[in-house]
Amino acid sequence: MDTLSNLADGFVIALTWQNIGLALLGCFLGTVMGALPGLGPSNGVAILIPLAFTLGLGATPSLILLTSVYYGAMYGGRISSILLNIPGDEPAMMTCLDGYPMAKKGMAGEALSLSGISSFVGAFFATWGLILLAPQLVKIALLFGPAEYFALFALAFMTLGGVSSLNQAKSAFAAALGLGLAMIGVDSQTGVPRFTFGEVHLYDGLDFLVAIVGLFALSEVFIFLENRHGEASGKGKSIVIGRLTPPMSMLKSCTPTMLRSSFVGFLAGVLPGAGASLGSFLAYSLEKRLVDKDGTFGKGDPRGVAAPEAGNNAAAGGALVPMLALGVPGSGTTAVLLAVLLSLNITPGPLLFSNNPDVVWGLIAALFIANFMLLALNIPMVGIFTRLLLVPPRVLMPIVAMVSFVGIYGISGSSFDLLVMIGFGILGWVLRKFDIPLVPIILGTLLGNAMENNLRRAITIDNGDWWTLIDSPLSIGLWIVAVIGFILPVIFARKVKSGTQRADAEGSTKD
Amino acid sequence: MSDRIFGVFGVLLAIGFAIAASQIKESFLSDSVGPKAFPYIIAVVLGLSSAVIAFRPDPEPVWPPFGQLIEILAAVVVMVLYAQFLPEAGFVIATAFAAAYLSWRLGSTILGACMTGVGTSVGIYVVFHLVLGLSLARGPLGF
Repeated sequence: MDTLSNLADGFVIALTWQNIGLALLGCFLGTVMGALPGLGPSNGVAILIPLAFTLGLGATPSLILLTSVYYGAMYGGRISSILLNIPGDEPAMMTCLDGYPMAKKGMAGEALSLSGISSFVGAFFATWGLILLAPQLVKIALLFGPAEYFALFALAFMTLGGVSSLNQAKSAFAAALGLGLAMIGVDSQTGVPRFTFGEVHLYDGLDFLVAIVGLFALSEVFIFLENRHGEASGKGKSIVIGRLTPPMSMLKSCTPTMLRSSFVGFLAGVLPGAGASLGSFLAYSLEKRLVDKDGTFGKGDPRGVAAPEAGNNAAAGGALVPMLALGVPGSGTTAVLLAVLLSLNITPGPLLFSNNPDVVWGLIAALFIANFMLLALNIPMVGIFTRLLLVPPRVLMPIVAMVSFVGIYGISGSSFDLLVMIGFGILGWVLRKFDIPLVPIILGTLLGNAMENNLRRAITIDNGDWWTLIDSPLSIGLWIVAVIGFILPVIFARKVKSGTQRADAEGSTKD
Repeated sequence: MSDRIFGVFGVLLAIGFAIAASQIKESFLSDSVGPKAFPYIIAVVLGLSSAVIAFRPDPEPVWPPFGQLIEILAAVVVMVLYAQFLPEAGFVIATAFAAAYLSWRLGSTILGACMTGVGTSVGIYVVFHLVLGLSLARGPLGF
């Protein structure tokens, strides 16, 4: 009952005109960003963060805006998967497999509306999962001391690599690079400057927002410039949508699939390092095993559209659980959302639920509201978004670049930050070429100082004894999971590698 | 080969990072761990992972031809110039030029690029400055 009254309080917070307006704006922008190939949930949220700040939005409104973008992008990705066979963002990749064949059979409208409903089901159950699971996780997290937190951060880094790259050395490199960047600036405990090379601008450390926008948004612009890919993906293809309501029989046959996929997706989202792409992949593979008796998957089976969409939207909700309850994000976009919280001086983690319940429950209520808005935006009004696929990148990418500049300049008003952002844009482009995942870098810059502080606190409490890091059962358990999470993909990678070719540059910002 | 070069570069970076860490002046008020220990740990992870990348390289990435590299370099130069001239020229003018350049290089016609540039710049100015009240760089003309 406690939960329900908290939720009711949340609705009181979320149901102001400003917050409803922000949720609607976020849903719309998110769907657009998800639908356009080249802009995914993490870049989308990254571009909008600085704007949320410079507009002076408070914590709850900013989060409502940005998580609506996040949920919206998960919905939007399917549109170009179904109509053009090009995933609008990474998690929508699996939707191409059955969505595009359905569209070719003249069932594009049914596929779009069915996937919209599946997205709704996935996100709806995941939001309930978040409500039920997050407070339980908070109870466990309250037992954590500095040594356990240090182990938890290590676990996040070691498992994050497992899914975001096939090469563990590269994800370890990325994490170390991010942590190293976080060390720049004045040491918070002793006050000595580190790695500043006498540059006064660096004394405050690198602003991670600058790093995020540069790595995600600007590097995307460079990728487009490199490929000179200026034409709209939808150009020259006739987009016929047809009827926008799925027949009842189709809905009925897909219901068990949606429910199972929501569950699988949610679990994949909660696990550290997994995220939405894995959620949709697992959901699709599981359904294929379970219900594909006639071999219709891959040839336009509606269940093959429902499964990945329910899966990725459920994973999006699931990924919020560790981010809010532990302060350790499980995916790329939640890492970016963590940056929002940190910049607003709100420390996510167990104390968030007791210190800022308005933020948590306002956000959760907003997720429910956003979900209904998205259903409305994505079924009757899906036609608007399909038109947007005709906007060519040669118009879109300059806008993305300029909005990034405006946002960063708006925060500090300094040209130096813009130069640092350009530097990160180039770095992001180079690293994407080398197939080095960008998410661990972001996570490193975000969590580096917290990780170091926990390490030093743990050891200082124990009078300089480094063994204190592994002297409680809880921290030993976390370390074991971390090591397993790091080693397993190394073993499996050989299997996977033989089956897939080298991931393209998109893989680096995988969610 | 690219991965090998990258790995060697990473090892050098790790060594450089460790040297820079050793230069950190310790304060007399230090805790028992001090400001150097964690950077050393990072340097070790960075070095080891780079060494692994160098010894067990992935297949070669697809590098763009020389012309496209120049393309990216030129875009970087334009962005740096944009960052430098933004406070002097004012938001609208600087942004119109930068956006037009990017649009042109992505394959717009000259006229299309100019329209994209002016449209982007004025659009952002109207939405973010006039409607939302964000302060943008002011030039000599006041916008």
